[in-house]
Parts: sequence; structure tokens; C-alpha cells
Amino acid sequence: MSTPLLQLEGVHTHIGAYHILHGVDLQVAHGELTVLLGRNGAGKTTTLRTIMGLWRASSGSIQLEGEDIASYATPDIAQRGIAYVPENMGIFADLTVCENMVLAARGAKRAEDMDAQRLEWVFGLFPAMKRFWQHPAGLLSGGQKQMLAVARAIVEPRKLLLVDEPSKGLAPAIIQNMIVAFRELKQTDTTILLVEQNFNFARQLGDRVAVMDGGRIVHAGGMAELADDEVLQQRLLGLSLAAHQ
Amino acid sequence: MSAPVTTAAAQDALPAVKLDRLPLLLLPVLALVALPLTRSFSTWVTLTFAGLAMGMIIFIIASGLTLVFGLMDVLNFGHGVFITLGAFLATTVLGTMVNWTESDRLLLNLGAVLPAILVAMVVVGAVGLVFERVIIRPVYGQPLKQIMITMGGMIVGEELIKVVWGPQAIPLLLPAAFRGSFLFGEAAVERYRLIAVVIGLVVFAAMFWVLSRTKIGLLIRAGVQDREMVESLGYRIRRLFIGVFVVGSALAGLGGVLWGLYNQSVIPQMGGQVTVLLFIVIIIGGMGSVGGCFIGSLLVGLVANYTGFIAPKVALFSNILLMVIILMWRPQGLYSVGKQ
Repeated sequence: MSTPLLQLEGVHTHIGAYHILHGVDLQVAHGELTVLLGRNGAGKTTTLRTIMGLWRASSGSIQLEGEDIASYATPDIAQRGIAYVPENMGIFADLTVCENMVLAARGAKRAEDMDAQRLEWVFGLFPAMKRFWQHPAGLLSGGQKQMLAVARAIVEPRKLLLVDEPSKGLAPAIIQNMIVAFRELKQTDTTILLVEQNFNFARQLGDRVAVMDGGRIVHAGGMAELADDEVLQQRLLGLSLAAHQ
Repeated sequence: MSAPVTTAAAQDALPAVKLDRLPLLLLPVLALVALPLTRSFSTWVTLTFAGLAMGMIIFIIASGLTLVFGLMDVLNFGHGVFITLGAFLATTVLGTMVNWTESDRLLLNLGAVLPAILVAMVVVGAVGLVFERVIIRPVYGQPLKQIMITMGGMIVGEELIKVVWGPQAIPLLLPAAFRGSFLFGEAAVERYRLIAVVIGLVVFAAMFWVLSRTKIGLLIRAGVQDREMVESLGYRIRRLFIGVFVVGSALAGLGGVLWGLYNQSVIPQMGGQVTVLLFIVIIIGGMGSVGGCFIGSLLVGLVANYTGFIAPKVALFSNILLMVIILMWRPQGLYSVGKQ
């Protein structure tokens, strides 16, 4: 494993009276796509939100390139180069696709200020964004909203992308498009931490995998190992890839 | 950066973009319904202008309140004190410039009114900043405490105004050039009401421009929908909120000056009296929606004036009735904001 871009050590998170994360240890390597797998309620989304500062870690450290960001406010974390695509996509429905993208491009005051070459590349990944550029985002289909959410996260180069269940509720054809888009992203040396429940989706993209259960990481290793080991899949996830297909 | 992805979904057509015109139609429909009931075209014109003027002033005051709620879910029941303070500051400024306000020359009148407006907006904006830091900030995310403490803030503010200016009503006379009426046929339209309509339109246009054409406006509109996502994109929503709160307070100060001139006298309780109207307006409009606030304000102004003439007893509860009818039609208000 190459140098970790992001490293979580003993991270605990409480939400009100509930203790959700029980000492998460996780490393995300530079330029790799790490998939966070686990059942519902395992703590995957909480882990992403804790990294992003949306829920404060009650103890432990979260290091981005060696800098502890656990106590930072969310905007400070975002400004250090982390982009977040939440499970609900976080689309501003009353704003146009263009306005959503302008907001994500922090240096741009209007569409013309955005990096045109980068934007063309994003349009190449998600042509629907170009087609519906001036449409209110609320009118997009579920798949198109997910594309906008990812497009928004990559409209400027980021060190790390946190993506929460991008395949959730999408039709198989759209999921396939997402897979192609993430592969393209990987070629640009973007580091990605992806939360997924769809093991097929995860298997096709992941370099490394971490499996969560009960608010802890219970397994970490290469994706290929897990994909090839049905017994391990059964033990960790309660399913096997063969059964999933 | 190559290999474009063919996206099946991109081929899908989107529903056409439609402007929701129904709430906009309410205004002409209301005016047309009132026309035969007033039994006189000239009376109808006079009432319509009076209603529009009242609505514009309410919009100026309420626009900040609705954005403050939309951005941070803060219900500021102390907003009324900003109106009162603005109006009392105007009595002081205009009181020192009587020679100018009583002159027949429009330029001298404006030379008195504009500084009064400027002083009111600057001082009330500054007071708004202190109010946000001292009173609102400790109770973010605690709606019940917000209601209690902001109401308390208004009571304290009112008492402080009484300490400075006294408890009695103070006349706030219109400058000489603003008095009198324009005649359109047999219909008399007060000059000041026309001026209030123009100022209201200018404020609305400026606000519309900022919200739709600037990055700050984009951030405000986005923050009203999903402030967590705005923060995740790297923007400090609290700074934005403070800015909106200060501007909203300054606008309430401007509204206070206009409201005081509209009534030609000011009392320490005037803000509290208007507060109910403000909340009716932002509920009718859809909490957090500036466009809805604009339509809601005009509806409230028109309904108050029409019913005051046609059925004075109904006027006592006409705006509550209006709110009930609109909420039965659209429970989220005329233009609901798609909050996450």
C-alpha cells in the first residue's frame, strides 16, 4: 500500500446519546479507490460525515497528509481538498445545473470563470450535464442528479473524494455509466473513498476494501482478495458474490 | 482526460421548465374581485395604491426575516424592534432638518430624507450585528429558546427606545414635497404611497439581482435549501448568515422609516404591532422564499386596504383569513423552498 493520504486512528463518534463509531482505524492510499463496505447501520455514512466534520469525532485522529483535521470545521476540511457526495446527493434543486457547478467551483463567480478544459472533461464523463446545463437540478432524474453530484465534486481537482452509495436506487444502465466514470476518474490519480452496499459495483472499482461492522473496521485488504474469497465474503458481509450475481 | 462516457440517461427529455404563475395571478384576481365591491373605480385605484404601498413596505421589512429563517431556521421575534429603532432614528434626523423638510423644493426634502434613511439603515444594521452575536448565536438550533429570547430582546429594545425617546408618540411628518396627491381622473393617489411603491420595487429588483446574478446570492439560495451541503463545498454559512442578518436588519430600519412616514407618527410599540403581519407574510410566501415574501406582502397590503373599506369588521381578521385560505391551498406557502 502506498503512502496514506487519509488516516483514521481510533475514531469514536457519538450522535446525541448514541455511540456510533467505536474506534475506527482506516487508511486511504494516494491515488487508490478504497471501498467501505458493510451492512446497514455499520457506521459507513457516519465515518464519511465524521471525516467531513459534519459530525464531530469525540476522540481519535483524522489525518489528511499528516495534518490532523478532526477538530476542523467542515468548510476548512473542504478547503483542504476533500469533496463530499452525500447519500442524498445534496443537489440544490431550485438552482440550475450550471449554478450547482458554479458553487462547487469555489474560485468562480460565474460559469465563464470555470476551467473550460476541466468542464469539457466533466461533460465528457456526464454528457447530460451539458445538455441540461440551464435546467433546474430538481427536474433531473435520479440518475442525472447522481451524475450532477459527482460532477460537482470533480469540477475542480480535489485531493480526496468521499462518495456515499452512488449506485443507490439507480437503474443498471446508469450504474454501468457510473462505473465507467469512476474508472476514468481513477486514471486521473484521484483518491476516492467510496461507501457502497452494491458489492458488484464495488468489486469492479475498488483497489482496496475495508469492511465495517458495529462501528469498527473488521477487515481491510485488497479488493481482489475479497472478491475471490467467497468464505470471507460470507463471513464479513453475509453474502457471496456468486449469490449476488 | 479522454474517453467520453455515453450516458443513456442523457438522452432522456426533461419536463419543460415552468414558472409557477398561479400565485402571481392571485394579485390581479384579488384586485378584480375588489373592483365591483368598492363600487367606484376611483376609490378602487386609491385603495389599490394604498395596498401596494403598504405591501411594499412590509416586503422591505419581511424580506430579511424570511431569509434569516431560510438560512438558519432562526425565528427572530425581535425583528420588530429594528423597525421601531429605524423610525425613531428618522424622527431625530428629520427633527434636526425641519427647514429642509418644510421647504417646497424636492431636492432639499430628499436631502433630509436620504440621510435619515442612511442613518437608520447603518445604525439598525449595527444593532442587528450585536443582536445576532449576543442574543441569537447562543440559541442556534433551539427553536423554543429562540422564540423566548428574541421576544425578550424586543421587549428590552422597546424599553431602551422609551428611555431614549420617551414613551409617547412622536410625529413624523412627511416632507412638504411628499404631501398631497396625484390625480388620475377622479382617483387620488397619495404622492408618498407612490414613492413607497417605487422604493419597494427598487429594493425587490436589487434583491432579485443579487440573489440571481451574484455568487453571494447563489450561496444564499443554496444555503436556504441545504446549508450542510454549502458548508461541505467549503463555504462558511455562519458568515453568510451574519451578513444576511445585518442586511435584513438594515432593511427593517429602512422599512421603519417608511412605515413611520406612512403613519406620520411613531410609537415604541409599532414594531411589535407589525410583527404579526410579518409572520403572516413569510408564512403565506413560503418560509425562506423572497419571491413568495414579495407576493405575500402585496396580498396582505391589498387585502387589508380592500377589506378596511368594504367590510371594516372583517378587516380585523382579514389577514389571518387570507393565511388560512392560502395554507389550505398550499400548506408550504405560495412558493415553498425545497429544504433538505
